[in-house]
Amino acid sequence: MIPTFQDYLNVAPIIIVSATALLEIVFQIIFKGFKKYVNIFSILGLLISIYFAIINFDKVSMSFSNMVFSGKYASFFEILFCIIGILTILQSSTIQKYYSINKIEYNVLILISIVGMMVMSAGADLISIFIGLEIMSICFYVLAGFARNQIIANEASLKYFLLGAFATGFLLYGIALIYGTVGTTNIIKIAQHYPIALSLDLHLLGLILLLIGLAFKVALVPFHMWQPDVYEGAITNVSGLMASGGKTAAFASFLLIFSIPLAAGNNNLIEIVSVLAALSMIVGNIFGLVQQNIKRMLAYSSIAHTGYILVGIIATNNFGNHGALFYLVVYSITSVGAFGVASILENEFGKNLNINDYSGLSQKNKFLAFAMSVFMFSLIGIPPFAGFVGKYYLFAAAIQRDLTWLVILGVLTSIVSLYYYLRLIVYMYFRDPENQNNIIVTNDFKIAISFSTIVVILFGIYPSSLFSVIRYIFNIY
Amino acid sequence: MTFEEIVFWSLVLVSGFAALMVVISRSPIASALYLILNFFCLAGLYLTLNAQFIAVVHIIVYAGAIMVLFLFVIMLLNLQDETKLRERMNWKSFAAIALSILFLIELFYIFIIKTPTPKIPIHPSSKEIGTVEYLGKILFTEFLFPFELTSILLIAAIIGAVVLAKKKFELTD
Repeated sequence: MIPTFQDYLNVAPIIIVSATALLEIVFQIIFKGFKKYVNIFSILGLLISIYFAIINFDKVSMSFSNMVFSGKYASFFEILFCIIGILTILQSSTIQKYYSINKIEYNVLILISIVGMMVMSAGADLISIFIGLEIMSICFYVLAGFARNQIIANEASLKYFLLGAFATGFLLYGIALIYGTVGTTNIIKIAQHYPIALSLDLHLLGLILLLIGLAFKVALVPFHMWQPDVYEGAITNVSGLMASGGKTAAFASFLLIFSIPLAAGNNNLIEIVSVLAALSMIVGNIFGLVQQNIKRMLAYSSIAHTGYILVGIIATNNFGNHGALFYLVVYSITSVGAFGVASILENEFGKNLNINDYSGLSQKNKFLAFAMSVFMFSLIGIPPFAGFVGKYYLFAAAIQRDLTWLVILGVLTSIVSLYYYLRLIVYMYFRDPENQNNIIVTNDFKIAISFSTIVVILFGIYPSSLFSVIRYIFNIY
Repeated sequence: MTFEEIVFWSLVLVSGFAALMVVISRSPIASALYLILNFFCLAGLYLTLNAQFIAVVHIIVYAGAIMVLFLFVIMLLNLQDETKLRERMNWKSFAAIALSILFLIELFYIFIIKTPTPKIPIHPSSKEIGTVEYLGKILFTEFLFPFELTSILLIAAIIGAVVLAKKKFELTD
């Protein structure tokens, strides 16, 4: 089938972000002063992409011979990834001054990684999803090692690359087995073979191998080993992008691939995924307790949160799917913000990341301390903030599906996590500052952090605004 | 055993042996050469599946271009005391080996004992599936979207390689 103009219009958000990235490379050569405007240019590209995603929002269709979805589900994630990208670029404007990093290549790689995320969340075919995942991963491998003169960044990049390549092998093997058993890689055509295909051991094996590949990308225990090291070694804003965009994209394709087989009620599959969720909640929160480095603490917290989100996905009822999407949005915005605050205090690569460096932050800079506490409260799940609503939905969904043991575990581990989140707030508000390094907060940064803070509070007080959108879009097929 | 089966099993055995030797042999050059042998066997397997184009490309790109690069890198690294590559056996490697063997047994059980591969009759159209014409047609119609996306993937990889391997750090502002 020859693609029509409509096909290209349907994937316009993806095309525009790619075009922005490619134009930046060309403009770097043509215009001498382009470096100053590269951030604005990227943000402009992302805004236009949001505009096209909104235009496509109402009509669900598949383009390019059923290779990619557009509308509702896909548009929702496209908008989310563009927002994450804008926030990351705004927050990076500060660190770009401190590190000797090339602004343009940094921007280009971030934009291309966003293209990968969009394709992952919009893919209607396992091949599209795989290529999207590879685009995202390759950008992340490089971005993790962007601070090239730091040995810790080199370690992060190499570790992520080797393990990521290995995980990709599992993913591909899984896709091959699925193709071998049902004769197609199209998600919708595969779904037509359920539940008969689930009784085939080979198909189940394929699904499990696919699960391993995706579990590595979202860092579910026991595939989480790389995450603290990579988040520590990467530039802090990049860690924020990985924790928010990378995870959300992997979860978006996880939902696309696994929501049908999980709903078909294959006990083996449900058991495996529940164990992964339970382990992630336990390991993430308990290891988080002993972390002194703020980036490692956020990395372990992120592992725990993947566990919570997975609980909602296992439930596979409306509550669970809506809750998971809500939580993904809230968690992405929160973690971008939290890593952003960490990046602004960092000053120099790897410095001021210890929890002691946060003591007395409220005396030095009220705005940052307030924003950080909002993010921490939201991560714990304390009522006025959006994290609470998300957790409530996820756990309610699991109770509906008779997964009470997961809920009990989730609540207990949330209580454990209270310690390390609140400890940070105690340091910020009830201790005197230990050192007097000046904190420079640029306007770009203020806009980004204010946006994240407002979103977290707004969705906490008025969650139905986001839920009405989610209910509207949640019609994957 | 038919002729096809004899070809298939001999290719499988040789490629398995070569893959094992890639891991086991101590000299990196020997590893690389065994890898080439493995690639040739895989190309043979592609041929038995009527995928002539992929078989040829596999030999040209992997066994040719990439392996030459590998050998150059090994040569430039100039590894002298290769014995250092040997690792001590500890509980970790024991656990890893045990788990891999367990996984192998599981795969063996699923593939061969529980779901024996049914004899699928050869589809009449499968003869042309590996031809260049068919591949070209399908790449630019059905698989156009992933095909175009691959270009973005390659650009990301090129930029990444340049960023990581550039000689000087560029100071901004």
